[in-house]
Amino acid sequence: MKTESRRDQFQPPSLLGKLLRKLHIDIPLFICLLLTAILSFVILYSAGSQELDLLRRQLARIGLAFLLMTVLAHINPNQFKRYSAVLFGSGILLLIAVLIMGQIGKGAQRWLDLGFFRFQPAEMIKITTPMMIAWYLSEYAMPPKVKQLLIAGFLIIIPTLLIAKQPDLGTAILVASSGAGVLFFAGLSWRFIVAIIAALASLAPIIWHFMREYQRARVITFLNPEADPLGRGYHIIQSKIAIGSGGIYGKGWLGSTQSELEFLPESSTDFIFAVFAEEFGLFGCVGLLILYLLIIGRCLYIATQAQNTYNRLLASSLAFTFFVYVFVNIGMVIGILPVVGVPLPLISYGGTSIVTLLAGFGILMSIHTHRKSLPI
Amino acid sequence: MSRSAFSVKDDLVENRLFLNRIFAASVLIVLLSVGLIVRLIYLQIVGHEHYALLAKENGIKIVPLVPTRGIIYDRHGKVLAENTPSYSLELIPEKIPNLDDTLRKLQKLLNISDEKIEIYQKQRKRQKYFNSTPLLIGMTQEELAKFAVVRPFFPGVDIHTRLVRNYPYADLASHVVGYVSRINEAELKELPIAEYRGSTHIGKIGIEGSYETELHGKTGYAEIETNVQARPLNTLNEVNPLQGANLYLTLDIDLQKMAYDALDIYNGAVVAIDIKTGGVLVFVSRPGFDPNPFVVGIASSAYQALQTSESQPLYNRALRGLYPPGSTIKPFIALAGLEYGVISHQQKLFCPGYYQLPNATHRYRDWKKGGHGSVAMDEAITQSCDVYFYRLASAIGIDHIHDFLQQFGFGEKTGIDLEGEKAGLLPSRDWKRNQRNQAWYPGETLITGIGQGYHQVTPLQLAKATATLASRGKVVHPHLVKNMENVSNDGALPDNNQVIIPVKPANLETIIAGMINVVHSARGTAKGINRDIDYQIAGKTGTAQVFNIKQNAKYNENEIEFKLRDHALFVSFAPANDPKIAVAVVVEHGGHGGSVAAPIAGQIIKKYLKAEYEN
Repeated sequence: MKTESRRDQFQPPSLLGKLLRKLHIDIPLFICLLLTAILSFVILYSAGSQELDLLRRQLARIGLAFLLMTVLAHINPNQFKRYSAVLFGSGILLLIAVLIMGQIGKGAQRWLDLGFFRFQPAEMIKITTPMMIAWYLSEYAMPPKVKQLLIAGFLIIIPTLLIAKQPDLGTAILVASSGAGVLFFAGLSWRFIVAIIAALASLAPIIWHFMREYQRARVITFLNPEADPLGRGYHIIQSKIAIGSGGIYGKGWLGSTQSELEFLPESSTDFIFAVFAEEFGLFGCVGLLILYLLIIGRCLYIATQAQNTYNRLLASSLAFTFFVYVFVNIGMVIGILPVVGVPLPLISYGGTSIVTLLAGFGILMSIHTHRKSLPI
Repeated sequence: MSRSAFSVKDDLVENRLFLNRIFAASVLIVLLSVGLIVRLIYLQIVGHEHYALLAKENGIKIVPLVPTRGIIYDRHGKVLAENTPSYSLELIPEKIPNLDDTLRKLQKLLNISDEKIEIYQKQRKRQKYFNSTPLLIGMTQEELAKFAVVRPFFPGVDIHTRLVRNYPYADLASHVVGYVSRINEAELKELPIAEYRGSTHIGKIGIEGSYETELHGKTGYAEIETNVQARPLNTLNEVNPLQGANLYLTLDIDLQKMAYDALDIYNGAVVAIDIKTGGVLVFVSRPGFDPNPFVVGIASSAYQALQTSESQPLYNRALRGLYPPGSTIKPFIALAGLEYGVISHQQKLFCPGYYQLPNATHRYRDWKKGGHGSVAMDEAITQSCDVYFYRLASAIGIDHIHDFLQQFGFGEKTGIDLEGEKAGLLPSRDWKRNQRNQAWYPGETLITGIGQGYHQVTPLQLAKATATLASRGKVVHPHLVKNMENVSNDGALPDNNQVIIPVKPANLETIIAGMINVVHSARGTAKGINRDIDYQIAGKTGTAQVFNIKQNAKYNENEIEFKLRDHALFVSFAPANDPKIAVAVVVEHGGHGGSVAAPIAGQIIKKYLKAEYEN
């Protein structure tokens, strides 16, 4: 790692290097993302019963996401820092607006209809929460003091509760972990971490009390899927059958029988990993996991190369949240975590999650490509 | 940024701390990823054979075991809704080579409507694989024979026997019992999917709708081992369904029939309540409709006919019909007058046949031209003197009238166990200001005193208020289900708390005496029904105006078009001293309450009490 950065400093950049610098694109990250996107089309074609219309819509969404990523990569990270609080605050206001509209409309409401397109404030919060916490903590010396931790904790809990109330448990978990990630990378002491985990464990009964009926049912089903094989346990039983029957080498592309026969529900959205595992087997699964780890590794590397506290905290937290995404989705599909609505990042069909994810990578690229060439 | 100037930042220490954390996070990420891989190895290598077996050659099919819907009985155990076996034509799409072609051929062969094909297509999509979905329910012998001949040419199509809901009393009780019908898409979104896998029908209205959970029961399931062709080989595990609860209603179907027939050529509603329990004995809305076609899927032309019919058979008049209470409100107004102390029961008011507000020219007329002369309260009730009540209402004031009547349930839903009940309208100064943004006029208080104007009631509300008056102020809560048999889920009958309206017993007896005279005195407006009984009936007639007659014009029943004739109302209870039954009757365009509505109530009361005394 050291040699590479030294080369950056002393060798005159090549023409290609200059061009890339101008584009503000991080090539290793970009290649990994592109590979994942291509993989997404391959799996979706199979999981979505070879419907081209589905692919077309996904293509439009991914195209838009890549565009947004490139645009964000061009913005100087200092600008992100400057507007962190404003973006976070307006995100919270939008969340409240959505909740109020939901109250009026009676029922779950996550969307804000702007006429020409529908916008999900919870998605924006996934990025602005770590921005806000990183901005707040970067004003102080690391590791943060107790008072700062309390304020940061408060700032994380607000959006988390607002989203959990929508109710969208999956997104709430992602937002909470993106904020918690910043605290962790800021150097939250291990003693604190143990204390928080203990406190959360003792809070579990209280959280249980506030959960919606269907959320409780999901937890119960997770603990004992056979209890309701016709209804809620059905997803997990079927996805285990699909994954297990894939074996080491899988049944080959378009060879999944379970999703073809629609034994497997939500096969192109949250449960797409089951289709992938059935078709590409253990090898494919490990391969996909490695691809994800490469992305995460590159992001963590970018974080280590960042030149100020804000950039470091934001970059590392975004990398960490991406892993939480992967872990929670695969974990629920293979039956080691309860079913919460979290898509497989960059691969699941639909949702604005792809746009948000690539926006996050855009910020990472911006952080990496706007470094001053000489270390101060 | 100014804050950072005060805190000392040590870049070197911070950088080390940060790199430490990146390292820790990397270790965590790798460990968790290894955890995922271990689980995948467990599923895909260790469990592979097991899961491959489940997935491929010998799939395990989970089939729902549908509970039998509970039966609905009347209070004497007569069946109001039952399940009868019927033949249905069912398809398993996965076994059919070309579904569209097959459907087309079947449609031609058995003359199936496009609508039914469409319903089938919708139902098919929500079924799990290799489950059979009905296309035709209730096949005739002819259809059975036609299909039997060509059956070998239709793989995957078969005749099944299914239990189909049947309503033996058809239109007689349709507005109480309601009906079941195919589950539609809007309902699908709301329903607990697991509970309704395999169920094709759901209670829509009436008791079938409001007690859906109890009647439906709990779906069970069986895990069946199947071969490649999805033929069942072996049942591995079975969880039996819990059958739906049987419901016993408080309704008396014989009384119901009597009331329905008694309405004869008229549209209207009759509600009778057992005063002691609040159980509804009669709940008639005429015309009714035959609910049976709705079960198998009513043809759109037939449905259209029901919807556009001028007599509105689908409209539940007893539950949702809004009528001015007319003179049936007078006993309540009189009681309010006594309670608020604005009048004593001996005080006489003079009725010249009309009433004028001070400084106004408009004449509020009495129904009796020339007037009733000088009348006290009991005579005013017996003869239904309008002028007396104009003056009384004016003295009480609209706000007190509103508050007093509200205690009897006017302007509020009765809370009966049927969905879609209307609350009616009990006007007040506040209501008019808020809803219409207008001031309340004194004249409006006058006509409220005789049950005209804004006040609107449902027949059910009238019956409830009458029953509450009869039980001397103990609020009666009308309900239809008496008890449930083998309830599998958490179904429970509503538990009503005891409310007693604070009124002086002497005042109540004064009012009731007036109501007894309505039936038993020579000048009573309903004296026609007092024969052949050894107890007393208390009642009050009412006439609700459908349209306004001009000043100085005369209302002549024979000259007026039927549609514009007044509604006839009658409320009553008996025996007056120990009330057992309260009856409210509304006869649309029936003219006079005394001549059309009262005899219907009389018939019901006599039959019910005769049976009661024989027991």
